[in-house]
Amino acid sequence: MINKTVSSVEEACEGIEDNMTFMLGGFGLSGIPENAIKELVRKNVQNVTCISNNAGVDDFGLGLLLKKHQIKKMISSYVGENKEFERQMLSGEMEVELIPQGTLAQRCQAAQSGIPAFFTPAGYGTEVAEGKETREFDGKMYVMERAFKADFAFVKAWKGDEAGNLIFKGTARNFNPIMCGAANITVAEVEELVPAGELDPNQIHIPGIFVQRIFQGKDYEKRIEQRTVRPKK
Amino acid sequence: MSLNKEQIAQRIAKEVKDGYYVNLGIGIPTLVANFVRDDIQVEFQSENGILGMGPFPFEGEEDPDLINAGKQTITALPGASFFDSAMSFSMIRGQHVDLTILGSMEVAQNGNIANWKIPGKMVKGMGGAMDLVASAENIIVAMMHTNRAGNSKLLKECTLPLTGVACVKKIVTNLAVLEVKDNAFHVLERAPGVSIAEIKEATEGDIVVNGDIPEIEL
Repeated sequence: MINKTVSSVEEACEGIEDNMTFMLGGFGLSGIPENAIKELVRKNVQNVTCISNNAGVDDFGLGLLLKKHQIKKMISSYVGENKEFERQMLSGEMEVELIPQGTLAQRCQAAQSGIPAFFTPAGYGTEVAEGKETREFDGKMYVMERAFKADFAFVKAWKGDEAGNLIFKGTARNFNPIMCGAANITVAEVEELVPAGELDPNQIHIPGIFVQRIFQGKDYEKRIEQRTVRPKK
Repeated sequence: MSLNKEQIAQRIAKEVKDGYYVNLGIGIPTLVANFVRDDIQVEFQSENGILGMGPFPFEGEEDPDLINAGKQTITALPGASFFDSAMSFSMIRGQHVDLTILGSMEVAQNGNIANWKIPGKMVKGMGGAMDLVASAENIIVAMMHTNRAGNSKLLKECTLPLTGVACVKKIVTNLAVLEVKDNAFHVLERAPGVSIAEIKEATEGDIVVNGDIPEIEL
């Protein structure tokens, strides 16, 4: 067993510098690396590029970095829930690159898998394809998209072990597994960190080879963005 | 009487067939789930990573680890599965999802769709819409026939930035059910009491009317 455990979020985030590119897992506020985001705010790294499907809300998630003007560029598929984001985008303080959600996912997976580029039908004939190579396969048109390059990936899992093996829960899985191993260093935070041998190898979603550092997260808020319910009968 | 949003959803639900995997967009499409016959087997996919999506949870049973693509709390039905975002779009681009139902701001008579961006306004992003429209064999657009300003949303050409090209096959609006083919909107059904003249009046694009057009049955 190769032990990937670090004792704290501070240790997990060693080596983070200004101008770096980060990947952050999560969809909406579900499955976001809450501990790592707080540490990025505390360290006050500047001019960072964030690859994340969404940009948090005003006072939570990536919204915390936005509020402190730490983000130079956001690469996302949907950013609709954040007033400060809107202000910085419209004033030109922050650069925003919007890309289709499936393309965002595949660019992560390509980086994880050592595939430099791929062809997707998404965005063909739209402004997303402008300046990109297009090609016909079997009578249909596709756009070439490149794998992401990133310095750190921050992911959040439900359970993990000392070897860095990860198990996700529900729809909090989303972008987390495909960002593992897609950056130079992958930092995983988990709700429950257990000794090697306690997780059933049959149930592992992401093998520890894709994770460089793992730590026991704490004080998870796990906020709900849209609370929708039906009445009990 | 033109259809209301629930009735548009009710009509679209008739297009959902036994054995279908279906992706529902936000807005009117979400309502379709309420009207699908309960004697057929259907699974709803939400692109953030669930197949077998169920209704909203009972009060007090909301789970932050269980949401749909609209970030709403949901439930998982028996037989449901969770997966990552790349696998989710493998289902979509790989055409394993049988039917995509989504809303739109504009549709053109060549099947082009524009539903993600209005120049000069805050752009929220396309989410999974571009992947969905570029891939699905079977796309139904659910929308009102005209916008708030009263202008037609069924056009010769889209004026807004495109989401996808030559992809929409069917449209259900408050006034009619239309098929998009041969560079025109073909009227298949009309809302109860709505005349062909009214539909033509509300449609900027070219319209084809063949024979007697039946009323929509709900």
